[in-house]
Amino acid sequence: MEHIKTVETRNLCESAKNGGCGECQTSCQSACKTSCGIANQQCENNNK
Amino acid sequence: MIHQYKLGGYNIVLDICSGSIHVVDDVTYDLIGMFEANSREEAVKNLMDKYSGTEMGTKENIDECYDLILELKDNGKLFTEDNYKPMAGELKAKTSGIVKALCLHIAHTCNLNCEYCFASQGKYHGDRSLMSFEVGKRALDFLVENSGSRHNLEVDFFGGEPLMNFDVVKDLVKYARSIEKEHNKNFRFTLTTNGVLVDDDVIEFANKEMSNVVLSLDGRKEIHDRYRVDYAGNGSWEKIVPKFQKFVEARGNKNYYMRGTFTHANPDFVEDIKTMLDLGFTELSMEPVVCPDGDPSQLTEEDLPIVLEQYEKLAELMIERDKEGKPFTFYHYMIDLKGGPCIYKRISGCGSGTEYMAVTPWGDLYPCHQFVGDSKFCLGNIYEGVTNKEIQDEFACCNVYAHEECHDCWARLYCSGGCAANAYHSTGSVRGVYKYGCELFKKRMECAIMVAINREFGE
Repeated sequence: MEHIKTVETRNLCESAKNGGCGECQTSCQSACKTSCGIANQQCENNNK
Repeated sequence: MIHQYKLGGYNIVLDICSGSIHVVDDVTYDLIGMFEANSREEAVKNLMDKYSGTEMGTKENIDECYDLILELKDNGKLFTEDNYKPMAGELKAKTSGIVKALCLHIAHTCNLNCEYCFASQGKYHGDRSLMSFEVGKRALDFLVENSGSRHNLEVDFFGGEPLMNFDVVKDLVKYARSIEKEHNKNFRFTLTTNGVLVDDDVIEFANKEMSNVVLSLDGRKEIHDRYRVDYAGNGSWEKIVPKFQKFVEARGNKNYYMRGTFTHANPDFVEDIKTMLDLGFTELSMEPVVCPDGDPSQLTEEDLPIVLEQYEKLAELMIERDKEGKPFTFYHYMIDLKGGPCIYKRISGCGSGTEYMAVTPWGDLYPCHQFVGDSKFCLGNIYEGVTNKEIQDEFACCNVYAHEECHDCWARLYCSGGCAANAYHSTGSVRGVYKYGCELFKKRMECAIMVAINREFGE
């Protein structure tokens, strides 16, 4: 295999530039209601 | 900071602060592990010994891997430093006073008597109560008034069992739809139900108006019926499963979750996931029970290794089903690597008590549904707004850097500090951490990322 295969991911450092619009879902709202995480949430920023 | 682990035949390296994910060969995996504590010469020599006599063990091969690691580091994709701390309070400060989501406790009563219910059979340790239309209407007005420029507003109809007050649910949706245009808002409704009162009217209404429905089913009949019983003690599985099947079939492509709870009685919860799949459901969530310390349903230390193994089995099952062309979704394994949350969201923590609040049937505001019933957490009410600023400040300051235990945890930008209610109930402080929950969360993330990698690189 290749030594390293890099998965395409959102660059978190870059996301600081246009981030923080606050339109995304509140953490555990609308689904689990008992354990919170943010990894499974969608970004809803229309100007990113 | 990096985190490396082996799972599903992959050597996985996460660069926590850039969000980068790499799949690497054995030599590179070992080199990355030695990178920070050893000089280049030491690391190369060590691995030449370890892999001696193999193609991988040549100096040339190991040097090549080392150079690639250096290149990633220079490009900000490995060993990236955490420079985000100064930004931690920014999002909440910027959005201070803005509310964008409410959990409406439409019914503090229930037609099931589930022993493990965190809401004490829907009553939240108080009296049975239904929300009136007037209270609900004022709550929606409160949300619109306090939502600033937020376009998407989320409202959950929650309980207890919200369908025990279905007419008010319908009237509130109608009212919300009548005001959303003039205020340039988009209401997204969710309904959580135990299924007992689901009928054609509910299905038609919910499939038209609810962005999401959360349907409570614990999986296997004997597991479900152990806790999810009516007041005569009869299990509800037989009654609700056909209703849920009809509901989901009629729902088309709209979101839903079959949401189960696993307890000490079924730490082998993948069997329950399989039951849900056999019943034709594909959008699944299975949550560890939340209950008081010492409750018989509580997950134990002995259950922990079983549960962790189950998460791996679940990941294997997902990969198998992908191969068979019968994929399914598990809520906690959903991860959008290319378009997930920005760094502000990742460090700000749960929005409970600030952008998200729960409303009791009589209009009191709480930081979230899990604090309802504990009067010291009452924030105010929908008529006067938030008056208990001290409690609200506690939640406003609750970002990922406020939890000491999170400072050196690799999962902190995936969980954002975790659930404030879980932290409070296990440590007495919303700035604590629920360590048992952390162990489960970390395993879920490792599995979720492995499944995502397999979807990208797998055969």
